Amino acid sequence: MEKRTVFRSAWLPYALVAPQLAVTLVFFIWPAAQALYQSVFVEDAFGIHVEFVGLANFRALLADPYYAQSFATTALFALCVAALSLGSALLLAVLANRVVRGAAAYKTLIIWPYAVAPVVAGVLWLFLFDPSVGTLGLVLKKIGVDWNPLLNGAQAMSMVVLAAAWKQVSYNFVFFLAGLQAIPKSLLEAAAIDGAGPATRFWKIVFPLLSPTAFFLLVVNVIYAFFDTFGVIDAATQGGPSKATEVLVYKVFHDGFKGQDFGAAAAQSVILMAIVIALTVAQFRYLEKRVNY
Amino acid sequence: MVERRPLADFLTHLVLVLGVGIVALPVWLAFVASSLTPEQVLDAPMSLIPGDQLGVNYLHVLTQGSTPLKSLLFNSAVSALVIACGKIAISVLSAFAVVYFRFPGRALCFWLIFLTLMLPVEVRILPTFQVVASLGLLDSYAGLTIPLMASATATFLFRQFFLSVPEELAEAARIDGAGPMRFFWSILLPLARTQIAALFVILFIYGWNQYLWPLMVTTREDYYTAVIGIKRMISGGDAATEWNLVMTTAILVMLPPALVVLLMQKWFVKGLVESEK
Repeated sequence: MEKRTVFRSAWLPYALVAPQLAVTLVFFIWPAAQALYQSVFVEDAFGIHVEFVGLANFRALLADPYYAQSFATTALFALCVAALSLGSALLLAVLANRVVRGAAAYKTLIIWPYAVAPVVAGVLWLFLFDPSVGTLGLVLKKIGVDWNPLLNGAQAMSMVVLAAAWKQVSYNFVFFLAGLQAIPKSLLEAAAIDGAGPATRFWKIVFPLLSPTAFFLLVVNVIYAFFDTFGVIDAATQGGPSKATEVLVYKVFHDGFKGQDFGAAAAQSVILMAIVIALTVAQFRYLEKRVNY
Repeated sequence: MVERRPLADFLTHLVLVLGVGIVALPVWLAFVASSLTPEQVLDAPMSLIPGDQLGVNYLHVLTQGSTPLKSLLFNSAVSALVIACGKIAISVLSAFAVVYFRFPGRALCFWLIFLTLMLPVEVRILPTFQVVASLGLLDSYAGLTIPLMASATATFLFRQFFLSVPEELAEAARIDGAGPMRFFWSILLPLARTQIAALFVILFIYGWNQYLWPLMVTTREDYYTAVIGIKRMISGGDAATEWNLVMTTAILVMLPPALVVLLMQKWFVKGLVESEK
């Protein structure tokens, strides 16, 4: 779609895009190019001598068992966060769409965690699950669980998954509810007249019509779990205990900023960029499909 | 509703109330902890009813300590507002240029802006830090805000909206002798009010909740944001964490963005759904 009526000026359009382009070039394109460049060099500890090493940084990274472990940790984390937050948001949205009285109140009460910063979410759940003072931590101890997320990797993982999913439920809820409200009531009524019960109506009509929304949300949730949960992890576990919750983004920060290993960190950044590009392409493929729907 | 099922209705409300309860539980307990003395919090299990230390704790957190929270909240407010307004301003201008002008390099501009979608700050964190450091922007409001300002989603949202504006408006404006900037100020911008409000809500929350970026570009306490402040309270090493004060801080840090969401709920939902189109 293009405008037929356009304005003519030799300089004005450039002046209008200049601020956006300046920020993009200086803070996005330049650093990304820098990461690509640094990923093929090795720098000595004093930053004096720099040597071209080709793909050695990548080879070292892929041979590093800690990197493979961090990849597996991230995949598990993303899977659990997406499943938990999508599942509970869908349940709540279906129910909220069903009620006649109080729907607006439920909606308001479910959407506000979107405003909570990931770090604050991490701190809240850390307090809740603290083994000596946390309310839920003490409940778990009382029912016989040897609860200590500071020592037990699996327990630390479930804590950060809960914190990250808790924050994302509201976002998914908003989209599922909008998707549900877009389904024509006449379809559901026709099915009901034909004798379809609530369960049949949900699986045969609502769920298929909702599947584009669900796929879109799946991609968004995976991106969220990969890149936006740094704050949750940094506040709740700092990647521990013994790297059990060290996701890829946390590892880049740790190796590069704290370990000062710029070559390895740049190689990790390049791999992360490839992941984001793949996910964004998947997201846009979905958009094209939805337009043709 | 298709049919009447009183039992199903009851179960629906029951599950919804449970869901709302689980969503609210962490924040309720934080609120309770923020109204207790440190001894009451440590006296496990903690009470589930607020105590009487509310005023004492909030006053202490806001004004006491080496960096009182009120100055951190001020930094957060400044950077969230600058990020939100800056993003909206540069996006609306570039969308206007891309939609209402034909100029050499238009497609290139469009693709460069699109690329930013694929480069979240977490991914290019170290090189961006080096760039900002070499520009001398560490420990400044400019360093906290400008690198986060480019936004493909906001540009796309405005582009989409401008494309839906009827052709006749621009034609009529031209016939009446209005130049492009006059058309932009007097016609396009007023029409885009709801889009701007919706984006403002989303971007304000985005700016307020930034963590990794402020963590890297600030080393001086007078430029810390509130979100950084709360993290520093729980990494005290051997010293016991003062949970009542940490939770007081948590409540204060989440209050402004939560209020923005609740008070501007209509625009928030609109902005959320539309900025992903």
